[in-house]
Amino acid sequence: MGSPRYDEVQAGAELPLRQYQVTRRDLVRYAGASGDFNVIHWNERVARSVGLPDVIAHGMLTMALAGRFLTEWAAGDPGAVTEFGVRFSALVVVPDDDKGATVEIAGTVTERLDDHRVAVEVTARSDGTKVLTRARAVVRLP
Amino acid sequence: MAINTAYIGRTFDPSEPYEVSRVKIAEFATAIGEPSPLCRDRAAAQAAGYPDVIAPPTFAIVVSAAGSARVTHDPGLGVNYAMVVHGEQSFTHHRPLHAGDVVVSQSTIEDIRQIGTMTTVTTVTEIRTTGGEPVCTARSVLIERGA
Repeated sequence: MGSPRYDEVQAGAELPLRQYQVTRRDLVRYAGASGDFNVIHWNERVARSVGLPDVIAHGMLTMALAGRFLTEWAAGDPGAVTEFGVRFSALVVVPDDDKGATVEIAGTVTERLDDHRVAVEVTARSDGTKVLTRARAVVRLP
Repeated sequence: MAINTAYIGRTFDPSEPYEVSRVKIAEFATAIGEPSPLCRDRAAAQAAGYPDVIAPPTFAIVVSAAGSARVTHDPGLGVNYAMVVHGEQSFTHHRPLHAGDVVVSQSTIEDIRQIGTMTTVTTVTEIRTTGGEPVCTARSVLIERGA
């Protein structure tokens, strides 16, 4: 897919939908890379003991996947995402198998701003439930 | 409620300086599946106009954690962290973090609210270079679930 240019993008344009797999291995790797070793992200026994259905993904990992989704659209430049905010609306439950959880991310351009920037609204779903809401970003395009 | 609303408006001491390294950026990029060479290849990053490899946008949480730890470790705030979930997070990047940056983060409690049996704590963390240049403003909402 070619990355869009600012001059070609209109409000209402849709970003190509992406699906990301999140396995237990990804959670361990993210814990190490981020320094967030909260036990509920890798230990099923402890997760269940505090009332969770199973091990859950770091909210920040879900947000990072949405960031990657935006970066890919913005010509692969992680520096193009200048503002990014989300609300964590539901848990991403990660079963202990090889497939893990699926996070499906979509986005829509809501406004053309000045200075080659656009406002984007992102949605993220896992297992049929919205896991991010009020997910909004400002992205600079070439 | 247990959370001390007298903490609204309180600004905590800045963190110790954090040096952003190429290795850490690459490790983080790999962990989130970000394939961009701008996170790994200095020449590619410089060709794109950056001083060195740049961090993905949510990497700022790693840096801001040192500042927000001052909040979460303050016993006077009275948060039961076993009951805490991450409610919201946002970043305003004044520019991307890049390898070689030496930054400090400093947190302020913007608001504490009781909503039913839940209490929300909104914290704003400013990430600046040790030279005082603003790099990123991170805002987080933590939710303490009621027992």
